Amino acid sequence: MVEFFTQTGLGMGLLLVGQVLLLVVPLLLALAFLMYADRKIWAAVMMRRGPNVVGVFGLLQSFADFLKYIVKEVVVPAGADRAVFFLAPMISFVMAMIAWAVIPFNDTWILADINVAILYVFAISSLEVYGVIMGGWASNSKYPFLGSLRSAAQMISYEVSIGLIIIGVIISTGSMNFGAIVQAQEGGGGLLHWYFLPHFPMMILFFISALAETNRPPFDLPEAESELVAGYQVEYSSTPFLLFMIGELVAVVLMCALVSLLFLGGWLSPVAFLPDGFFWMFIKMLGVFFMFSMVKAITPRYRYDQLMRLGWKVFLPFSLFWVVFTAFAAKFEWFWGIYARWPM
Amino acid sequence: MMVFAFYLFAICVIAGGLFTVVSRNPVHSVLWLILAFLSSAGLFVLLGAEFVAMLLIIVYVGAVAVLFLFVVMMLDVDFAELKAEMAKYMPLALLIGLIILMQFVMAFGAWESNAAAEGLRAQVTGLNVQNTAALGLILYDDYFLLFQLAGMILLVAMIGAIVLTLRHRVDVKRQDVVAQMMRDPAKTMELKDVKSGQGL
Repeated sequence: MVEFFTQTGLGMGLLLVGQVLLLVVPLLLALAFLMYADRKIWAAVMMRRGPNVVGVFGLLQSFADFLKYIVKEVVVPAGADRAVFFLAPMISFVMAMIAWAVIPFNDTWILADINVAILYVFAISSLEVYGVIMGGWASNSKYPFLGSLRSAAQMISYEVSIGLIIIGVIISTGSMNFGAIVQAQEGGGGLLHWYFLPHFPMMILFFISALAETNRPPFDLPEAESELVAGYQVEYSSTPFLLFMIGELVAVVLMCALVSLLFLGGWLSPVAFLPDGFFWMFIKMLGVFFMFSMVKAITPRYRYDQLMRLGWKVFLPFSLFWVVFTAFAAKFEWFWGIYARWPM
Repeated sequence: MMVFAFYLFAICVIAGGLFTVVSRNPVHSVLWLILAFLSSAGLFVLLGAEFVAMLLIIVYVGAVAVLFLFVVMMLDVDFAELKAEMAKYMPLALLIGLIILMQFVMAFGAWESNAAAEGLRAQVTGLNVQNTAALGLILYDDYFLLFQLAGMILLVAMIGAIVLTLRHRVDVKRQDVVAQMMRDPAKTMELKDVKSGQGL
């Protein structure tokens, strides 16, 4: 039986499909409840009830929404480029999902343990912008087109500073593998060894850039439900729209996973007397997701020129300075060598 | 499995390149070009050069092709005129293509590799050295000055582009962010009691 799964091509293929399903199905299920949690937190801050009709405490609200989306009629605007129009939401969804292939949840719980894992995630998230651009262009309408240009410019701008922030962590670790990055944060002191202490300003910057990269409030200018139409998604309805929504939320959860892996020690336990394990990873991800929801509830929307100024004139120079600083601190082992965690 | 992946990526590269040229719609051309880039990144991965593959995606697909797409989407292109223009240069293009094809045929047609040579082929990176680390050692140790020089050339090009397009217009309203952040209610608002029936 073991030989079948490790030796034959069919067995290995089945094993791979099984592993992928083991990741994707819980992820999508968790997404339904994260969406619900997002709305509940948002409602609680505004002293509303939030979704509370479908199921106990409204727990099944996301599933009701899901059914509603898929049974609606697909409307294709006249003069739309049909192929690109339907390709765009698929790209948005698929790109958000395949980035998870390299995210570890525990020491060995990972689909593809590759050396350049962090670059892979970065490359895939730079591809996500195509869903937005193609969706806006293929709709053959003015609002989606302008919305997609705004959105794409925003995503590209903040990718630059995300890249530089990641470089700081790579310099400290000496590896681009997530496993190595988490192991570099291991030590007797528990949470004192995590990167959030030496790289504290970068964690804040990464969090804010992640908000902008995923088009979340306060940087949700492309959508801005209360003042604009919904940006590049205007002409979309039914399942294609659902794919956009899921893609966006999966990207948010991915950013939560990245914050926990890069700065919060991944699956490491915060205190020495508790064991490490995947549950720490989930708790950290949920904590970061709670922050994402709170930001959505308590911050007013940015203006577009302020957004661009923040990205290019504040974040970019500061993260560039931090890369140089980290390089010096790691090379000359300043601050008791906390910036140099290379395996000697 | 590797062979299957190689042929998949290779066919995608060729198809992508072909449709980039023959597509009627320039936006479709750019999208096919992106497919070609992605598939060549896949080929790099098959060669074991995963760092180069990821950089190819980040730089060419994530940045360069996005700019292509921006420009192409916003340009108002007259296809009929463009076609007529293209037709003028067709013989020249065919000639250049033919010459390059002939060169390839001559270069590779007469190439017989010895079976024993396969075994002698040098490994690109040393044993137990990841190709990321190997690439870094070469760039930052052996060719450090040339690498810096390449960076300087890009910097000069960037400064040139900024200088060419920078112009200060005095007749537009600008947002002064610092002034905006320094405002407080005391400076901007004044409450006055206005008696009814009277103005200020």
